[in-house]
Amino acid sequence: MTSHRISAEADPVRPGADRPLTIVVDGEPVTGTAGQTLAGVLLGAGRREWRTTSGGGAPRGVFCGIGVCFDCLVEVNGLRDVRACLRRAQDGDVVVRQGPDRAGAQEADR
Amino acid sequence: MNGVRGRHVVVVGAGPAGLAAARAAADAGARVTLLDAADGLGGQYWRHLPQARPAAREQVLHHRWDTYRELSAAVREHPAVTVRASAQVWSLDRLDDGVRLHVLVGEPDDAGRAPLALAPDALVLATGAHDRTLPFPGWQLPGVYSAGAAQALAKGERVAVGRRVVVAGAGPFLLPVASSLLRTGAAVLGVHEASRAGALARWLDRPWELAAVPGKAAELAGYVAELARHRVPWRAGEAVVAAHGDGQVEAVTIARLDARWAPVPGTERVVAADAVAVSHGFTPRLELAVAAGCALTPGRFVVVDRAQATSVPGVWAAGEVTGIGGADAALAEGAVAGAAAAGADPAPSAVRARDRARGFTARIEAAHGVRGGWVRWLRDDTVVCRCEETTYGRLREVADLTASRETRSVKLTSRAGLGPCQARMCGRTVEELLGAMDPGGPGVDRRPVVVPVRLGDLAALPDAPELPPTPATTGDPT
Repeated sequence: MTSHRISAEADPVRPGADRPLTIVVDGEPVTGTAGQTLAGVLLGAGRREWRTTSGGGAPRGVFCGIGVCFDCLVEVNGLRDVRACLRRAQDGDVVVRQGPDRAGAQEADR
Repeated sequence: MNGVRGRHVVVVGAGPAGLAAARAAADAGARVTLLDAADGLGGQYWRHLPQARPAAREQVLHHRWDTYRELSAAVREHPAVTVRASAQVWSLDRLDDGVRLHVLVGEPDDAGRAPLALAPDALVLATGAHDRTLPFPGWQLPGVYSAGAAQALAKGERVAVGRRVVVAGAGPFLLPVASSLLRTGAAVLGVHEASRAGALARWLDRPWELAAVPGKAAELAGYVAELARHRVPWRAGEAVVAAHGDGQVEAVTIARLDARWAPVPGTERVVAADAVAVSHGFTPRLELAVAAGCALTPGRFVVVDRAQATSVPGVWAAGEVTGIGGADAALAEGAVAGAAAAGADPAPSAVRARDRARGFTARIEAAHGVRGGWVRWLRDDTVVCRCEETTYGRLREVADLTASRETRSVKLTSRAGLGPCQARMCGRTVEELLGAMDPGGPGVDRRPVVVPVRLGDLAALPDAPELPPTPATTGDPT
């Protein structure tokens, strides 16, 4: 695992105890803690790519981390184009990868 | 309290400048609305764990955390201040006697956010800046982050972007980023500053001015000591010139740079790393200032006078939109701007603090400003526009084909800068590569729709603003 969340016990800022939540990412459960963004949950669990570019079919995840670059877009609970680095995760959120194979659906959503 | 009682001042941005402005305006007798797109206060500088996960020792990751505590409590408790978090300003209209802001309030990028329109007596723009990363081969790989991302994830999530992280780019910001990574349990393999010792010596110009702000020197010295304790090498005149890996970062190439930031052939070395955090400076968030018609400097920051007033009556600006000067400058500028916007005379102590802190803006630019030789580390297949995946080769080809260095026509043909980020990542780079800088004009920073808005939300607005015709940068991000 490359990206990871520091454990509450080892953390010098002494955060409150974890309040676990689980989101479903492309059908797989991923666990984080309450207050994290979707990107925080994904990166904290060692996942660092969750989108496929429509041109080159390349993997992307977080780049800017503050809502500026739009690399981290995901579909959340049926809503496309949500910046994972800004949206706080809710227990049970269903996250689906956006990619070129969904280009047709993307037009239909507009 | 010597302002115009009851005057409505809207402050956009709740980082150091915006918080200071909101408090100063309220103290001067104004009615204040403080807007921020995030769901908490503090901006990027004081990004911290959310209410749902409060930390006992947040100050471990921050400078002047006590100042944040005091300011945020002051604005939250002040009866004349309304704090609106999760409030994204997405456009600004110019009226005969001021401006009108269009705001969507709710979860980021959600459908059906609540619209809000504000036509204040005075506006303070404290919209800040985001970091700028120059492209290099492989920078689109997962595992390459802007330094700001590494910082935001460490502070706001307690997530380390990797186990073995290389920090590179330019500017004093690299030091707190390395510190935060260390304090989040990552190994920092090195901090590589592009500027060479000769340029960095510009920090020591006019030492009597530095002596007037001892806190700043102590802050930097603290970071240097921490790096030394962790045996993290800090090297000047070096850059990450490529990232490598199959689907994600596994290694980076580091090279020495000459004084113009061109890589020195034969100095390349490959370092195994699972993440890299790279930034070469900051880009001010100018959308609202440009929409309001504020004059810009040749380096494209908002022009302000001694009272932080912009060229547009009724609009003030403070913080990084007026020059990259750091949090001390932002706090002082905010205090001046807030009082002035409320119709009061700024406190002389705030004006003096602002004048002292301002010196850092020129110092940072002189020591760390981007030098043109970096273009030499690009290859034809290097992605320049991350959204549209336009390569350096394609950009040059289109510029040659259309015999045009005019940014707009090259963008339309190559698609560079036309993706969902609205050229925030590559715009200035594309301008630089085409030699089309538009000095004093807004260039790529004209974005009438400040952030992408869902078409359904636009249609549902009771009094939708009239949108000027724009290229395909409006509408939904895809």
